[in-house]
Amino acid sequence: MSTDTDTASAPSPAAGGFDNDNRQAGSIADSARDYVNRLRGGDMGSLPAILGLVVLVVIFASLNDRFLTTYNMANLVVQASAIIVLAMGIVFVLLLGEIDLSAGVAGGACATITALMLIDYDWTWWMATLAGVAFGAVIGLAIGSLVSFLGIPSFVVTLAFFLGLQAVPLKLIGSGGSLRFNDPVLRGLSIKNVPVTAGWVAAVVIVVAFAALSLWRYRSLSAKGLIHPPIALVVIRIAVLAVIVLGLTALLNANRSPNPIFDISGIPWAAPVVIALLLFWTYVLTKTRFGRHLYAVGGNAEAARRAGINVLRVRIMAFVICTGMAALAGLLSASYTGKVSPGSGGSNTLLYAVAAAVIGGTSLFGGRGRALDAVIGGLVIATISNGLGLLNQAAYINFVVTGSVLLLAASVDAISRRRRSSAGV
Amino acid sequence: MVEPLLELRGVNKSFGVVHVLHDVDFAVYPGQVTALVGDNGAGKSTLVKIVAGIYGRDSGDYHFEGKKVEVHGPRDVAALGVEVVYQDLALCDNLDIVENMFLGREETTRFGLDEVAMETRARETLASLSVRTVKSVRQSVASLSGGQRQTVAIAKAVLWNSKVVLLDEPTAALGVAQTRQVLDLVRRLADRGLGVVLISHNMGDVLEVADRITALYLGRVAADVSAKDVNHSQIVELITAGRSGDLGIADPATATV
Repeated sequence: MSTDTDTASAPSPAAGGFDNDNRQAGSIADSARDYVNRLRGGDMGSLPAILGLVVLVVIFASLNDRFLTTYNMANLVVQASAIIVLAMGIVFVLLLGEIDLSAGVAGGACATITALMLIDYDWTWWMATLAGVAFGAVIGLAIGSLVSFLGIPSFVVTLAFFLGLQAVPLKLIGSGGSLRFNDPVLRGLSIKNVPVTAGWVAAVVIVVAFAALSLWRYRSLSAKGLIHPPIALVVIRIAVLAVIVLGLTALLNANRSPNPIFDISGIPWAAPVVIALLLFWTYVLTKTRFGRHLYAVGGNAEAARRAGINVLRVRIMAFVICTGMAALAGLLSASYTGKVSPGSGGSNTLLYAVAAAVIGGTSLFGGRGRALDAVIGGLVIATISNGLGLLNQAAYINFVVTGSVLLLAASVDAISRRRRSSAGV
Repeated sequence: MVEPLLELRGVNKSFGVVHVLHDVDFAVYPGQVTALVGDNGAGKSTLVKIVAGIYGRDSGDYHFEGKKVEVHGPRDVAALGVEVVYQDLALCDNLDIVENMFLGREETTRFGLDEVAMETRARETLASLSVRTVKSVRQSVASLSGGQRQTVAIAKAVLWNSKVVLLDEPTAALGVAQTRQVLDLVRRLADRGLGVVLISHNMGDVLEVADRITALYLGRVAADVSAKDVNHSQIVELITAGRSGDLGIADPATATV
């Protein structure tokens, strides 16, 4: 044991007092070197997913010339949104090292409730949505309580819910039936677009707000002598965000109609929904006590308990958030297909979402993950299913490819975890 | 003699039929390191958990700063200013030093976590303890050595202006140089006026930093002596046999579990 700690202490600087400790990551070159070291140490983050996305886009674009059309890109954004939202919910349970196998069918059950409220009770869209999300939250509360209070492994509890919840749409809709999902607002999430001008304004506002916040943060940190990244890195981050946001806006604001008679342009409404959720959950995870406690419980539940954190409450909340987000994902997916059927949210919906979260860089072992991971991973998964669809491959190929991608992502996660524990990053 | 900061009087504790602590008196003085020694099963851990409020007492009184207090859990004890640094450290590897030090007691502004205040205070605390081995307060705890982790755990306990700090086997897993750092830190804590309790199996460490030694033998206090009045072999006798010369339990044969 003592030899272990001795070797571990070797990299720590023997000289240099704490008073002149390192407060700035130094030049941009130092930051780059830091980043490479972290990669070598197994802290890959979203890098594999981004590289994978680039490779996939190149492959599909070379195999099918329709893949890169703006029409297909907009379609891909809408397809990805349901996966992304579900994956964002899954991130919360993965952060605790738990799993929710029932999130997909829970989303289907919630969408059924919403559709019934719209059709049978003539509720307005937001009341029906609230009903669906509330139903999801109750499911999450039940799962979380069973996991926390009885100590049943979440794998088993959610497997039971995965089976049981499929009964809800089957009972309410009936075998072989389906409910139409044509509320103008909810259906519009997938088939309507943000007006071009509003899209541009929103994009510019996002870029300017991000730049202002980053620079303000940099100034206040450096003024108080706290640890801050070099200014060059801050500027690069702003530039990358600006290119992505403005580039996508330009792409989606161009007319993409395959038919010259009418015009389709603008960002699909699903995108702002995803962006709003991303911003909200990123804030919760990084800037609130609850978010900090989630990471702590995922990293070392015993340490969190001793620090006075109510571990049971955190765990239950994670399942509530997960299933509540699953309800929203169910609505987005119903909005895309225009109907809810007993099979909604079944088959590979959940595995897509878990794969998205893991590919994006969220660890299956708990303690590591971001809301952004779900977005990046969700885009990868949606690209695979969209691209394979365009290539007109047999359905079985789709399953094989998606399964392999999930396995690959989990392997990257497991290997990087091993390297982290040996490198101590 | 100065008044003890924290004092337990006549504490008894049983788990089922097993009587673990018999009429234990235990005192912690400000500015002193009190070593709690005893063989495995002597009741050290039980006593620490009673002080920490994790276990209740069957009988006996809990005094703090001369007043009798009622404690019903770890939160009550933490509110008094008593912090425990456990052997397994209880740090989260995936969080950085600042995040770990403020875990469960994060400071917030209207807009969320107050990282500026937390980082500033964490740095001040580490600097006031003359910690020299940590490169950056934003380092992930996973990247720290055993000694550095122990340092962070101790600094975490000190951050809250605590008055009593209990250290459970702080040097058990450390190499020579790191043990040195931690013992120096223990001494500095006492020099700041805190009451420090050091639970250790290492007699060398105990004799080096402790001012008082409380030896437990089969759930009874065998001796509560000043460290300069005893030598290495006397402590070992107290631990293993319950008495040494005219020190210790009068008739250890009656001291059954």
